[in-house]
Amino acid sequence: MTATSLTSSRGAGRAGDKVFSGATLAAGCLILAVLFGVALFLVIQAIPAFTAPAADIQGGEGFFAYIWPIVIGTLIAAIIALVIATPVAIGVALFISHYAPRRLASGLGYVIDLLAAIPSVIYGAWGAAFLAHQISPAYGWLAENMAWLPIFQGPASATGKTILTAGIVLSVMVLPIITSLSREIFLQTPKLHEEAALALGATRWEMIKMSVLPFARPGIISAIMLGLGRALGETMAVALVLSSGALTASLIQSGNQTIAAEIALNFPEASGLKVSTLIAAGLILFVITLAVNMVARWIISRHKEFSGAN
Amino acid sequence: MTSTLTPVRKRSALTKGQLPKYAPYVVLAVALVLGAAILALIGFNAFGWGVVSAILFAAGLVGWSAAVEGSRKAKDKLATCLVVGSFLIALLPLISVIWTVMVNGIPGLITPGFLGKSMNGVTGVYDNRAAEEGGPVLGGIYHALLGTVEITLLATVISVPVGLLTAIYLVEYGNDRPVARAITFFVDVMTGIPSIVAGLFAAAFFFAVVGPGTKTGAVAAVALSVLMIPVVVRSSEEMLKIVPNELREASYALGVRKWRTILKVVIPTAISGIASGVTLAIARVIGETAPILVTAGFATSINTNVFGGWMASLPTFIYTQILNPTSPSNPDPSSQRAWGAALVLIVLVMLLNLGARLIARVFAPKAGR
Amino acid sequence: MSKRIDVKDLNVYYGNFLAVEDVSINIEAKSVTAFIGPSGCGKSTFLRTLNRMHEVLPGARVEGEVLLDGDNLYGPGVDPVTVRSQIGMVFQRPNPFPTMSIRDNVLAGVKLNNQKISKGEADALVERSLQGANLWNEVKDRLEKPGSGLSGGQQQRLCIARAIAVEPQVILMDEPCSALDPISTLAVEDLINELKDQYTVVIVTHNMQQAARVSDRTAFFNIAGTGKPGKLIEFAETSTIFNNPSNKATEDYVSGRFG
Repeated sequence: MTATSLTSSRGAGRAGDKVFSGATLAAGCLILAVLFGVALFLVIQAIPAFTAPAADIQGGEGFFAYIWPIVIGTLIAAIIALVIATPVAIGVALFISHYAPRRLASGLGYVIDLLAAIPSVIYGAWGAAFLAHQISPAYGWLAENMAWLPIFQGPASATGKTILTAGIVLSVMVLPIITSLSREIFLQTPKLHEEAALALGATRWEMIKMSVLPFARPGIISAIMLGLGRALGETMAVALVLSSGALTASLIQSGNQTIAAEIALNFPEASGLKVSTLIAAGLILFVITLAVNMVARWIISRHKEFSGAN
Repeated sequence: MTSTLTPVRKRSALTKGQLPKYAPYVVLAVALVLGAAILALIGFNAFGWGVVSAILFAAGLVGWSAAVEGSRKAKDKLATCLVVGSFLIALLPLISVIWTVMVNGIPGLITPGFLGKSMNGVTGVYDNRAAEEGGPVLGGIYHALLGTVEITLLATVISVPVGLLTAIYLVEYGNDRPVARAITFFVDVMTGIPSIVAGLFAAAFFFAVVGPGTKTGAVAAVALSVLMIPVVVRSSEEMLKIVPNELREASYALGVRKWRTILKVVIPTAISGIASGVTLAIARVIGETAPILVTAGFATSINTNVFGGWMASLPTFIYTQILNPTSPSNPDPSSQRAWGAALVLIVLVMLLNLGARLIARVFAPKAGR
Repeated sequence: MSKRIDVKDLNVYYGNFLAVEDVSINIEAKSVTAFIGPSGCGKSTFLRTLNRMHEVLPGARVEGEVLLDGDNLYGPGVDPVTVRSQIGMVFQRPNPFPTMSIRDNVLAGVKLNNQKISKGEADALVERSLQGANLWNEVKDRLEKPGSGLSGGQQQRLCIARAIAVEPQVILMDEPCSALDPISTLAVEDLINELKDQYTVVIVTHNMQQAARVSDRTAFFNIAGTGKPGKLIEFAETSTIFNNPSNKATEDYVSGRFG
C-alpha cells in the first residue's frame, strides 16, 4: 500500500456503517412501536365495550359489572399461587445456591428450569386429569373440619376442579420464575459478607439470615412480583382446571373465573360486541400486569444502582 | 510419625457436644419404620408414607439436636430440613407431570397413523365405535404438527432479525442513550406481557387492518413474535456483552469498520450463545396455547398455507380435544389423542432445550486465553 | 514505508475531565519511541489518540493536531478507519480472534475489509507477516489451528503479525509485554528491534529496563496528583533520559525513587 492521503476514504464503507446502525436502531424502535401498538389496538377494539348500552353487555349490567368478579377471581388465583410458591421457591433457590454440593448445583438448577419449559397446556391437562382427581378427598376433609373458615366452606367440589386446584397448578408454573431470579441474587451475595458471618462462628442458617437474606430482599420482592405477573396472565392452567362460575368466597367449590381463562374460553366463538368486551377484558389484564411488572423492574433497577455504588 | 508424639485421644474437644456422624441415618431409619407403622393404621399409600416419614425425620433430628447440641444448631438443622424439603417438594410436580404424560401419552402415540394423519373426517361416530366396540382410535396430529412447525418458523423468521438487531443496537450503539434505556425498559416489560394479551393484540391488529374475524397462521405467528422478541433480545444482549472489548479494539485497530467488526468478529464470537438463546426462545413459544387459540382458530384438516384459513397447532389440539371431545358422550378416544399430542409436544420442547445446550457447548469458540 | 508523527498542543478529555494536557512531541520515522511514566499519567490514553482508538472509549475527545507526515489525523473529512489502517496497534493482552485460525488471524485485516486477494498472494502475505513477527517457524505446520491455542507470547507475536499484515506506516504498542513471561518478553523485544528497520514504532511500557533496551528515544509522562491532567515532562534520546535527565522528576522516576 503506497502512501494514501488520509481523506481518500472509501465512501461505500462509510455508508455501510450508517445503514447498519440505522437498521439496528430501527429494529429497536420497532419494539417500542409494537408495545405502543399493543396498547393502541387493544384500546381501539375495546372502545365499543365501554360505550355500548349496559344491557347489551353479557350479564346485562354493563362492562364493569361484568369485569369486576373476574378481576377478583384473577387476583384470588394469583395470590393462592404466590402463597404456595414463594416459600418453596426461596427454599429451592437456597438449596441450589448454598446447600447442594457445588458440582450438582448447576444440574439441579437445570432440573428446576425444566419446570419452566413444560408448556402451560400440559400443566392444565395434568391439573385437570390428575391433580384435581387426587386432591378432591382433601377438599372433602377441609369442608368437614375447617368450614368455619369462609374460604373452606362446603360443599366441596366432587371433581376437585376448583380455584384452589387452579392456584396450585399456577404455583407450580411460577415456582421456576421465582426460583431462578432468587437463586441469581443469592449467588451475588458478596463473599466477604458471608465469610464475615462464618468467621464469627455463625451456623449456615445464621449466615444466611445475617448476610444472604438482607442482601437479597429487594431481589426476592421483585422476583415475587414477576411471578405475580405470570400468575395473573396465565391462561391454560385455569381454563382447563377450573370449572368456572360466579364469584364465591369458598376456594374448594367450583366457581370463580379469571380474565385470561374467560377470554380463552369465549373468544374463539365470539363475535360483534362480545369480541370487544373480551378485548376490553384483555386490556384490563394488560394494564394490571404492566403495572406489576413495571414495579418489579423498578425495584430491580433501583437495587442494581445501589449495589453498583458499593 | 506425629502419632507417636501426640497422645491418641478417643474424642477431640472440638467434637464434644455434637451429634455423631451416623445420627441422620439412624433418625431416617426410625422415621421410615414409624411412618410405615402409622400409615398401616390409617391405610397405607406410598405418598403418605413419604410425607409422614419426612416430617418424623425432621422432627426427630431437630429434637435430638436441640437436646444434645443446643438451640442454635437445632435451628440450623431445621433450616436445612426445610430447604432440602422444599427442593424435594418442587420435584414432585415435575415427576408427576412427566409421568402422567408418559403413561397417558404412549397409547396414543403408538396408534398407527397418529403422526401421519389429520383429524379430517374423524367424527364422534368413529370415536363412539372405538370406545364401545374396542376398535382403533382414528385420527392423528399431522395437521397440528404441521401448523405448529409453520407458525413457529414464521415467528422465528420475524423475531430473530428484529431481536438480534435490537440487541446489537443496545450493546454496540446504545451507549446508555435515552432511546436505548427506553428500549431496555420496555423489552423487560414486554417479557411480562401475558401470552393471551399478545394473542389479542395480534387479533385486534389484524381485525383493524385486514378485516374483522381474520384468523390465520400468520396472525398467530405475529402473536408469538411479540412473546419471542424480548426473549431473543435479552439473550442476544447478554451474549454480545460478554464478547471481550479487546476483540472489537483489535479489529478497529486493523482499520476495519464498525459494522464489519460487528458482523465478522463480534457476532461469530457470540454465535453459539445467540443460537442457543434463539432455540430456547423457540422452545418457549412452541408450547404457547392461548395466543394461537385467539388468532388461528382450530382446524381438523391439513392447511399448509399460513397466510390463509384457520390452522391447527399441537397446543390448541390438546386444548380442544380435552375441553370439547370429538364425541361428547365418549371422551376417552379424544383424551387419548390429547395425551399423545402432549407427549409429542413435551418431547419437542425437551429436544429444543437439549439442542440449545448442545449448540452452546459444541459451537463455542475453542479454548480462550 | 514509514512515516513520522508530529503532535502539536494536544489535549485529551474524558467528558469534561482533562486527562492529558498540552503534549507536543515529534516521533521520528523508522525509530522506536518509548513512553514511560507512573500509572494513570495518561500515556496509554495519549497513545490511543495517535490512531484515534480513543474514540472507542465513551466520552473521550481531543483538541490539537496530530500530523502523519504533515496530514492532520483530526482534519475535517478524515475517516478514523483510514487512519487506523495506516497506524496499527498492538494491545496489552494478546487478543487473537477466537473464531479464526492462525492463518485467518493474520489475514483478518484484509479479509474483514472484504478486499479480494488470491490464494497465492494470501499465502505469501501470511508467510511474510509471520516471518516478520518471528513466528513463522513455530506455527507453519498448524496454520489452520485456532490462534487461541498458542502460548501468550506466541499470541502476542501473532497479533503483531496481524498488525503488520495490513502494511501500516506506524505500529503503536500498548504495554505489549505486560501479560507475558520473561522469555516471551525477550522474543517480542527482539522483534521490536527488527521492526524499526521498516516501521515507526511507538511503545508504552511500565518497565524502564525495557524502554532502555528497545527504544531510541524516550518520553517521560507524569501526573501532579489525582484529578490533575497528565503531562509530557521530558522527551529525549533514551540514553539521555536514563543517564543524564534534565528534569528532577524524570531523574527520580528512572532511578526508582518513586512510581
